[in-house]
Amino acid sequence: MRARSPAVRKGINLLALTGSAAAAFIGLAFLVWIIAEVFYRGIGAINWDFFTQLPAPPGEEGGGLANAMLGTVIITAIATVLGVLLGVLAGTYLGEFRHTRIADVVRFLSNIFVSAPSIVIGIFVYAILVVPLGNFSGLAGAVSLAIIMLPVITRTTEEMLRLVPTGLRESALALGAPYWHMVWHVVYRSARTGMLTGIILAVARVSGETAPLLFTALNSPYWPTGLLEPMANLTVTIFNYAMSPYEDWQTKAWGGSLIIAVIVLLMNIGTRTMVHRMGRSKSGEGH
Amino acid sequence: MFLPPEIPVKVKVRNLNFYYGKMQALFDNNLDIAENHVTAFIGPSGCGKSTHIRTYNRMYSLYPDHRAEGEVILDGKNVLDDDVDLIDLRTRVGMVFQKPTPFPMSVYDNVAYGIRLKAKFSKKELDARVEKALKDAALWDEVKDHLNALGTDLSGGQQQRLCIARAIAVEPEVILMDEPCSALDPVATYKIEDLIRRLKQRFTIVIVTHNMQQAARISDYTAFFYMGRTVEFGATDILFTKPEKKETEDYITGRFG
Repeated sequence: MRARSPAVRKGINLLALTGSAAAAFIGLAFLVWIIAEVFYRGIGAINWDFFTQLPAPPGEEGGGLANAMLGTVIITAIATVLGVLLGVLAGTYLGEFRHTRIADVVRFLSNIFVSAPSIVIGIFVYAILVVPLGNFSGLAGAVSLAIIMLPVITRTTEEMLRLVPTGLRESALALGAPYWHMVWHVVYRSARTGMLTGIILAVARVSGETAPLLFTALNSPYWPTGLLEPMANLTVTIFNYAMSPYEDWQTKAWGGSLIIAVIVLLMNIGTRTMVHRMGRSKSGEGH
Repeated sequence: MFLPPEIPVKVKVRNLNFYYGKMQALFDNNLDIAENHVTAFIGPSGCGKSTHIRTYNRMYSLYPDHRAEGEVILDGKNVLDDDVDLIDLRTRVGMVFQKPTPFPMSVYDNVAYGIRLKAKFSKKELDARVEKALKDAALWDEVKDHLNALGTDLSGGQQQRLCIARAIAVEPEVILMDEPCSALDPVATYKIEDLIRRLKQRFTIVIVTHNMQQAARISDYTAFFYMGRTVEFGATDILFTKPEKKETEDYITGRFG
């Protein structure tokens, strides 16, 4: 092997450093640009009416997206309940009974599902819920979002449970705890911050989904009246308004985007703080 | 291998064999554990001490490929039998592990965990039991003013005494200790040894240790394990001064292991 001169090595080092710094800067610049652009174009739409009024007919000034915001909250909330319930249970099965053949199969399928395109899930729910019920509905929207959340929550739950030391499980069992009691009171408690982080990130992810809602919840210019009716929601409204020729609607689409961006940002900041706090409380644990 | 007939025996181990999958780890172990005494298990790493102790409360049953054969007779009943209720067994045979394993909850809730499992007590009764267990474990004075602090925030030695308090709070008959001091400094170790000496009046104690001085200091009987076999067993002072087997002598004089 031929030794390279220090000058050459320093040169390569400088080149690599500059290259990676530039790449990081470009990535960051786009992110800031997106946020700035959404703020700049969307802030004009934000006023009291925007949060309290129904949409105005095209060409008329005023009105708001209150129904869409409420619809998104309802759809996301139902999806979260379904997704968390099933995801945590499935993740617990994978984490606690990890060596069984069934667990391997479930884990494999779940990992495939994580990367399933959301539009495919939308069409699937369209076929199994919307067509048989004969109606687009908020419920179908919630189900499709729940299906998107499910593998994400399953996977994080399993990973967080695996981080819980075996000694903790054995200690609880050694005190005469039934298995479920040990999982519920000791393992979940030990893993809860991580599990909660995973859940919030999953909620943040689906709260911006549009494609699966197009086929399921559709949209509506009215207040939500029932789960089996088409339901207004922010993302599809943004999609429709942005494509419309009306300037007022386009501004409202930007305003809606701003709301979603801010909420997702807040959720991410929230999880960051939580992970940070978890790191601090774990430091005293000694294993 | 056996105690003289006049000494009450709490656990009788007869022809105990243990397998991790296809690998056999224990070979025909035979032992008597004297009631309300301290029995120490010594021997080099990997000789089967921990494996042996983990059969008494069927801890190994958590793992599908671990298997025990033979007899571990607790008060006349073989605990290896399929019909043994594990929850009942484990409230009678408590365990303290090598690494302190406080639960991620308050000091109070750590100690109350096992008590709450056994029965529903009034707040007053529960308080009294928690206090008693913490006093028995010589931890009360250090934690009485912050019972709501996280158990995981205590020092290593305090954590281990918390685990002992948690184990004795359910009033078991036998306490298994799997190298309880190996992660502790000499001061914390001294406190726990002192504790063990006092606790043997109420409990039958089995302790696995790597530290032969510790075995000599605190135990009444000692078993020497080697390569998965119970090589020698007897009163501690005799085993350490006049061992019968050559392996025992070699080990306690530091010639191998």
